[in-house]
Amino acid sequence: MSDTTQELVLAADGRPLKQSLRRALLRQKLRALMLIAPLLIFVVVTFIVPIFSMLFRSVENEIVPDTLPGVTQALADWDSSTGELPNDDVFRHLYIDMFKASEAKTHTRLGSRLNYEMTGLSSLFRTTGRGLDDIGEEWQDPLEDIDPNFKDGAFWYEMMSGTDGEDLLEERRDLFATMVGESMDGDVGFIPSMQIAEMLPWTTRAYTDFAIWTAIDDEDVVAEEDPWESVYGALGMDLTNPDSVAAIQSYSGFGADALKAAVANVDQLPQTTFRAEFGKENEDWLSPEVWSTIQLYSSRMTPGYFLNAVDMQLTPDGIAEKPENQQIYKQLFMRTLVMALIITASCVVLGYPVAWLLANLPMRTASLLMILVLLPFWTSLLVRTSAWKVLLQQQGVINEILVWLGFVNDADRLILMNNATGTIIAMTHILLPFMILPLYSVMKTIQPSYLRAAKSLGATNWTAFWRVYFPQSVPGIGAGSILVFILAIGYYITPEIVGGTSGVFISNRIAYHISSSLNWGLAAALGSILLVVVLGLYWCYDRIVGIDNVKLGG
Amino acid sequence: MRLLTSISVTALLVASSGTSFAADDMASNMTLVSWGGAYQASQTAAYAEPYKKMHPDVTITWDESSNEAVAKLRAMNEANNVTWDLVDVVAADALRLCDEGLAMEIDPDEMLEAAPDGTSAEDDFGDLLVSDCFIPQIVYSTTFGYRTDMVPEGVSAPDDICDVFDVETYPGKRSLEKRPINNMEWALLCDGVAKDDVYDVLATPEGQQQALDKLATIKDDVIWWSAGADTPQLLADGEVFMGSTYNGRLFSAIVEQDQPIAMLWDAQVFDLDGWIIPAGLPEDRLARVKDFLRFATDTQRLADQAKYISYGPARASSAPLVGKHAELGIDMAPHMPTDPKNSKNTFLYNYEFWADYRDDIDAKFQAWLAQ
Amino acid sequence: MNELIVNIKRPNLLTFTMPIVAVLGAMFGFVTGNIFGDPFIGAVGGAVVGAVLALALAKIVSIKRWKKIWGVAVVFAVVAALFGGVGGFLGGFVVGLSMGWFATWVGTGKYRAGVPIYYTPGQVLWHCTFLFICAFVFFFLIAPLIPVVWLSFNAENFFTFTPEMLSFKSAGYSLKHYRDFLGTDEWMVPLKNSLIIAPIATLISVSLGTLAAIGLSQSHVPGRQVMMAILISPMIVPLIISATGMFFFYAPLGNWLQLNLGLNQAFVGYVKVILAHAVLGIPFVIITVTATLVGFDSSLTRAAANMGADPVTTFFRVQMPLILPGVISGGLFAFITSFDEVVVVLFVGSARQQTLPWQMYTGLREQISPTILAAATILVSVSILLLATVELLRRRSERLRGMSPG
Repeated sequence: MSDTTQELVLAADGRPLKQSLRRALLRQKLRALMLIAPLLIFVVVTFIVPIFSMLFRSVENEIVPDTLPGVTQALADWDSSTGELPNDDVFRHLYIDMFKASEAKTHTRLGSRLNYEMTGLSSLFRTTGRGLDDIGEEWQDPLEDIDPNFKDGAFWYEMMSGTDGEDLLEERRDLFATMVGESMDGDVGFIPSMQIAEMLPWTTRAYTDFAIWTAIDDEDVVAEEDPWESVYGALGMDLTNPDSVAAIQSYSGFGADALKAAVANVDQLPQTTFRAEFGKENEDWLSPEVWSTIQLYSSRMTPGYFLNAVDMQLTPDGIAEKPENQQIYKQLFMRTLVMALIITASCVVLGYPVAWLLANLPMRTASLLMILVLLPFWTSLLVRTSAWKVLLQQQGVINEILVWLGFVNDADRLILMNNATGTIIAMTHILLPFMILPLYSVMKTIQPSYLRAAKSLGATNWTAFWRVYFPQSVPGIGAGSILVFILAIGYYITPEIVGGTSGVFISNRIAYHISSSLNWGLAAALGSILLVVVLGLYWCYDRIVGIDNVKLGG
Repeated sequence: MRLLTSISVTALLVASSGTSFAADDMASNMTLVSWGGAYQASQTAAYAEPYKKMHPDVTITWDESSNEAVAKLRAMNEANNVTWDLVDVVAADALRLCDEGLAMEIDPDEMLEAAPDGTSAEDDFGDLLVSDCFIPQIVYSTTFGYRTDMVPEGVSAPDDICDVFDVETYPGKRSLEKRPINNMEWALLCDGVAKDDVYDVLATPEGQQQALDKLATIKDDVIWWSAGADTPQLLADGEVFMGSTYNGRLFSAIVEQDQPIAMLWDAQVFDLDGWIIPAGLPEDRLARVKDFLRFATDTQRLADQAKYISYGPARASSAPLVGKHAELGIDMAPHMPTDPKNSKNTFLYNYEFWADYRDDIDAKFQAWLAQ
Repeated sequence: MNELIVNIKRPNLLTFTMPIVAVLGAMFGFVTGNIFGDPFIGAVGGAVVGAVLALALAKIVSIKRWKKIWGVAVVFAVVAALFGGVGGFLGGFVVGLSMGWFATWVGTGKYRAGVPIYYTPGQVLWHCTFLFICAFVFFFLIAPLIPVVWLSFNAENFFTFTPEMLSFKSAGYSLKHYRDFLGTDEWMVPLKNSLIIAPIATLISVSLGTLAAIGLSQSHVPGRQVMMAILISPMIVPLIISATGMFFFYAPLGNWLQLNLGLNQAFVGYVKVILAHAVLGIPFVIITVTATLVGFDSSLTRAAANMGADPVTTFFRVQMPLILPGVISGGLFAFITSFDEVVVVLFVGSARQQTLPWQMYTGLREQISPTILAAATILVSVSILLLATVELLRRRSERLRGMSPG
């Protein structure tokens, strides 16, 4: 005996049994994984990844730094707590960035984005977008008077072109591409001159942007087009810089005469700042709050949407609660949870007796009655919801019958719809089969002999039910409840139709932000929170009951 | 050689006239987006069907998504997957889509047919070309309808917009659209703001609050609608006493469905509805759309549309051609929002204002609604 | 339990049947009296009518029970029609039917049928109350379908019961919505699309889902919990989030398929919707199949393997037949998920893949028309027929196999 225990037990093929078993186990695991793999990959690729990329929008904030790259950089040094406006440099960047954005029509999107944080910014961006040309013309007209060459697109092209400016071109091209979200590849047919770029940095930026847009998007020849108004404005900026003026004095390349004339007649140019010009377009630009909002949201990631989703906001002094009259989401989350709980509870109350009956009737009758349960289930959700509308409204079937029977006065008919009552009734009806089916399949497995045994041991009907039958049916209740609860939280079409304003869920808000207000970041934030709540519930459920115990009929 | 030249000249002429591309260059399928209901039916009857008769190989798919057009076009544009070819939107949406670069800019004189008397398309449409991307089809109005059998005894039927806000004299629910546009203007009008000042007041936060406060006085009596079919249904059910909706929907309920409903034309808000072409369509689809659009917006087609629905055609030259209802044979003119009897007191909708302030006011309105 | 019922004894007429029927009569009388403004006189009158009815029905023995019930119903209906016209006729008929049924049900002692003979009256009362509660729930489930079917014959284009409909004049009814449904492309194309998309999506989710469920149910699978959570997630994530997420995934995928594989746009459109719907159906398949596999005796597969069957044969000949009910019910859920799905298809599909729910949704928003109800009525009828056929087939096979049903 002792010999055999020490000797290795060998399997039929001569390998040690232990190794052979391990190998078999590994093979088994691999086979199981191979069976799961196709579906797992399918679900991960076509569902999990898209969902997460959608939810990622809740923190993503690229549009601000992408649309206003210069402004966000220049704003970084500004201290909003002083209550003073940012310096004119910021406004110059704003002009260059905004002009470019308005040509590509992305400034309106940025306005919509920032409007989520501070109402009023959308109209600010839209109205200013239309006035940018006027600002540029303040400089364009006198410049063209000083030297008519400035009217000529070919003259500008000749003056700005040169060598060594490839890096600058690529830098502006990249900025453009990230702003419009499309590739701007292609031949621009223009290379900025490095000499000019060092002499006239603002002008070169503006002109390069103009050249890229003209060549790539409009598909025109740069030399044949008159430059944007922003180029004149930019030249105006450069002419206020003593370094640039000094460089122009010693410059002798193409266009030197025109530039020198401009320097000589600088007093004909508007003696104003870009800050004042923007203030003239819309006085909101002169409000420090606007600027602190832009500064707060100039990073690539933002907690703003999540804060919004819990009725908070980011202020220069840190995170703060929103004003009372703008708080809605916490209340909505609570309402969603409470109503989903009520719906789940009513489903349990209504579903339990029916499931019990179905499980205890003879097969023949039970399957007939099962048709009654399945029938509404097979009917389109939309149709059932509109049926409830017909039943519940004030001139609806239920009220009509009650009035006819004299129980309700014609003048004060019951309000069963366009409030929480309507949502609860209709949703309970719609989700009831999801409760009955799992309950039924669990109850089906409970042996009736247990009950009889309990009774024969002297238990009353109630004790027998409560102490013997009910505990065994708990997994069914659990399965049905989790199913109903999760589905209830996510529904939005039924509440939308019968819920009015006080019977809607957080999912309705999500749908609203996705399809009407276009605030996808907030929708994603609300969705993420909802998802976390549901996952938490799912986790608890899995801990307590085990997800394997969920059964749907059958 | 001469022959060759003449052929190429003809080809050049044909090509430059723009109407007849070779059939190969045009897509054979077109997805049109519209509003569904009686309105879409009028479009089908007035231009889609005749066009299909002319081009039997073309299939037209309708998508009733105009309500979510802005959101969907934005998503499509972002995903670079525009499946729509021609989208019917209200003017404010068109402005917005144009601002965001989601709609193509058009040149009316080049792309649209001139009027039969030779007036250029641009002049024929006139002021109604409110955006560079927008080709208007119809003038409609948003106005109120009320149940004639629910007017309280001893009280005259409502004839003033402010009767909407007077729940004492006219008890019963009202249905209003679940968005600020129009509601805010009506509220201010009935809160003592002069017609010409409405938009100036509404541009200020105080004015917005004033409008919301006025709306709050009837908030408990309002059922909010979001789809065009809601108000006629609510009126037919007797669920509401009065409700706002598009005049064509009310026309259909009153005249075609014979419901006990009457129109309250006071302070009706004129608005435009028309086509936009999504930006970035491939060549072949664009060619087909342009071909269809030229046909669908000519003088006769727009006049034909008015046979099926009581919306005024957007071309000045179509107006004299408006005749009788296609099935009922009644005169359409008295049912048009522009009829002098109906337009005694009208309110001019300010597109620019709403394009600029929509985001701002919508955010406030929705927050107000959710509380 | 049936065998316990031996010879049901008729309850005492005077002390039991008559008072109880009188109580029901009083209730109906109260309601009827309420219509005319005097509920208490109504209640008293109703009680008398009830008692008399119970007595009369008990004394007449020669007529069959169901004939008695219908007779009572007709008499009540006619009498009520004299006072209340058509509405009265209907109401009287319903009241008569319930009174007649109740009186014979109580009078013949049938109410004790489902319970053991040793039950006390209290227990019997509880049992009967319980049955009534269940009946109420069934009514709650089915009742909303009644106006759907009724309104689908509306002659007008609204979801409203017109006076003509309520007084049962033929002018109030028409089949025009059925003609609209069956006769126009507007509805037939979406129906066709739904019938293409739903079965294929179901097939994908059932085949992949069943395989994965079998894999998951084997012991020693590493990371089982996580995988299960991932596979169930399409059911957990709110649909509107899934819809937008999937839109941004499928749009570039569709572009890629069109550009690189040269597939046509319509075909790619179907592929997108089918894949999206397949994902949504998967949790249902996984849940039902794993639940069936919990009770599956794995020694059976080992026995099959022992006898020389290869894994594929084992699967199809041994495992599959046993877990088939679970697979079928999972498949049904997946089918319904796709067939009734509107949110995702609105985002992922394009107008050429319009499904039936899509058409219904836009119909409800843009032109409330009872055509939707006609569509629903037809679908409900088809599903009743299908369910009934399945049930009949099941009974037939049981009879053939010599098993007594139930």
